[in-house]
Amino acid sequence: MEVIDRKHSPKINEIKQAEIIRASEFRLKNNIPVYHINAGTQDLVKIELLFPAGMWQQPSPLVGSAASAMLQEGTSKRSSKEIAETVDYYGAFLETNITHDYASVAIYSMNKHLPSVLPVVKEIINDSVFSQSEWDVYLWNKKQAFIVNEKKVSVVSRKKFAELLFGNEHPYGHNVSEKDFDELKRQDAFDFYKKSYTAKDTIIVASGNVTDATLKFIEKYFGSTPASPFLSTSDSKKWGNGEGEKKGGTHLVEKKDALQSAIRIGKILFTKEHPDYPAMLVLNTIFGGYFGSRLMANIREDKGYTYGIGSGMVSLSHAGYFTISTEVGADVTKDAVKEIYFELNKIQTEKVSDSELALVRNYMLGTFLRSIDGPFALADRFKGIHFNNLGYDYYERYVETIRSISSGKLMELANKYWKKEDMIELVVGKK
Amino acid sequence: MLQFQKFTLDNGLRVIYHEDRSTPLVCMNILYDVGARDEDSNRTGFAHLFEHLMFGGSVNIPNYDEPLQRVGGENNAFTSNDITNYYLTVPTANLETAFWLESDRMLSLAFSEKSFEVQRNVVIEEFKQRYLNQPYGDIWLLLRPMVYKAHPYLWDTIGKDISHIAEAKMEDVKAFFKKFYCPNNAIMVLAGNTSLDEVKRLAEKWFAPIPKGPDNKRNLPVEPEQKEFRSLTVEREVPFNAIYQTYRMCSRKDKEFYVVDLLSDILSDGNSSRLYNELVKNKKMFSELSAYADDSMDKGMFVISGKVLDGFTLEQAEKAIAEELDKLKTEKVQEKELQKVQNKIEATLEFSEMNIMNKALNFAIAELLGDADQVNKEAEKYLAVTTDQMQQQAKQIFRKENCSTLYYLAKN
Repeated sequence: MEVIDRKHSPKINEIKQAEIIRASEFRLKNNIPVYHINAGTQDLVKIELLFPAGMWQQPSPLVGSAASAMLQEGTSKRSSKEIAETVDYYGAFLETNITHDYASVAIYSMNKHLPSVLPVVKEIINDSVFSQSEWDVYLWNKKQAFIVNEKKVSVVSRKKFAELLFGNEHPYGHNVSEKDFDELKRQDAFDFYKKSYTAKDTIIVASGNVTDATLKFIEKYFGSTPASPFLSTSDSKKWGNGEGEKKGGTHLVEKKDALQSAIRIGKILFTKEHPDYPAMLVLNTIFGGYFGSRLMANIREDKGYTYGIGSGMVSLSHAGYFTISTEVGADVTKDAVKEIYFELNKIQTEKVSDSELALVRNYMLGTFLRSIDGPFALADRFKGIHFNNLGYDYYERYVETIRSISSGKLMELANKYWKKEDMIELVVGKK
Repeated sequence: MLQFQKFTLDNGLRVIYHEDRSTPLVCMNILYDVGARDEDSNRTGFAHLFEHLMFGGSVNIPNYDEPLQRVGGENNAFTSNDITNYYLTVPTANLETAFWLESDRMLSLAFSEKSFEVQRNVVIEEFKQRYLNQPYGDIWLLLRPMVYKAHPYLWDTIGKDISHIAEAKMEDVKAFFKKFYCPNNAIMVLAGNTSLDEVKRLAEKWFAPIPKGPDNKRNLPVEPEQKEFRSLTVEREVPFNAIYQTYRMCSRKDKEFYVVDLLSDILSDGNSSRLYNELVKNKKMFSELSAYADDSMDKGMFVISGKVLDGFTLEQAEKAIAEELDKLKTEKVQEKELQKVQNKIEATLEFSEMNIMNKALNFAIAELLGDADQVNKEAEKYLAVTTDQMQQQAKQIFRKENCSTLYYLAKN
């Protein structure tokens, strides 16, 4: 048996980047663009229609999510149950969702069942009725779930932090309350649906085993609906970065019985379109973006204050922000906050070592490989650039930045963008 | 049909390789045949605490995560009542680093006092975060001891009580490792873009020198048949009343499992399911209601849980659930309804094969159940289920004397 060295790592080989498979584009007769990615080993496809019907576009709180949910609750021809039965019978999965910037209707199916399930998708997009009885059930149950969630410090802190960042009137910052449920009207959700789920800004993303036949089915079911004009109701010039806290400061939402406090610290920054964004992702990874990060090493692995802590750079279509978040034992809240600022100061005053930087470079290159593995992941990467008006060269710049950024540049960025005095600090629980 | 090859090292480590050339990665999944059910009843939560310690350095390598991240890898782990499972993915070029890391922690841990101290705290915070500081978070701590009186499923993976974690001793940890973390108690699956020759070479090189451990004949107390209805009522600071029913059922290993799993789909899989349509939509009695069949290795639980809307009593809610269960006992499921849940599960299995991590875990569990090739036979087992079998299982399971119910009341 060969003698083996267990003390030292085997040779570390260079991580070669796989070619990212790019989406091809073609236009339906009504001019809706279809971006399609043929990849994967299974005879499965995901066809996702994306509409300008997210939180950004909704005229008042909850309207967007209500409209999205009601899509599965009945058309003039089929009841909610019949919609679900048809989709289930063909082993397909139907999802309706909203994000900050758009709403989506996605169907996952085997190619051979597309002729059976796509008519249902078309029907819910064009002909949902939002019946009063379904609406009542939806609204009531949604409100109950909301009330339960309000008992969770993690949920309260996420919502309050968005409000502090953007302001309560901003589409990204509104802190939903029970009152919003009481004021939500069926007609408003229905009007929003009628206006925005047929809009000209609609796109379709198809991924998986996308064949010519798949594309023909997409044309057949979605190519004939006329595109209506629609102007999004939120004006990005008006909102800018929001009307939230312009300066840093500390905020407390007290929960007397809390065993743990939720902590959030962060500030408004910028979107993916900003030239420093890829570099900030490297900086963030080192600081709090992976299991071996500085925050995890100190606050979980050294102090044992928490089950988990992390930081993130969030890029929406119209604004971006930086956030640190964790839940810690209520008795160590102050200590945990102190350690977070200790790490912040450290990354601003000491250069990252060559060894740590080399580790993070490789970790991020590996993570990027994972993030482009498989057709649905590739579709997500496409959406990740499309909604920020970027092209695939963004990913080339991203990989290039990971490979080449210097420790000096990272320290400079930490000082430029993460000033302690700009940070909004929120504790939900006890201080 | 997923192809695979299997071989066993002299020390008893079973190795399964599944090739997938469509990915630039390899997944390594190591399942240890030990879970919370193997714990001493006075030292519960140990298997899970131990999972945390597995990341605290091994005999030759002070830190597990760092060298893995340095080669572009990522990992995680989970503990259940039955198993402890560790998995990682790594770019193919650096596969050997995964073998180096995993074999060293199978060889022996560092048993550092510092790591032990910290992970005890981390797990205590996890206990608070997931079980105590959440509305309805403590239900399993209440349900399990009601359902089980003899079998160690009577405690949750997090443990009976925080004090068991707080009082854990290093000597307990070492004994636990010696007993369970040995090659003959593990199943290793490699799935992804490499070759059988390479897997064999690396497995021989890194894992073959690890000595075989003791044979663990599991001899757990058998849970006696439940003969009386059990119930417990608690009051908590939650916004709404809730009800949790559990019925004793077969194990993941029994052929009836597939029948019972489909029964749970008929009741509660999605918007076309019975409980949702009848009790959430039509009677408007629950804001949420779900049913599922436990997939535990020993005899398990069929769980129905729901949040009851104001205006209905828990008795009314209970009666409404009972009416739906009675329908399954007195009337056969329609063929078309059965076909629907069968088609859906077939598709779910197909979708799960898009991902090397899912495939690797499925192979590991199938091998633990007796035969890795079972991953290719799951679909046909579901497709073979008949409406007669479903009615028979419904009659067998949904009996009042086989039921334990937790009434979870909102304090006013």
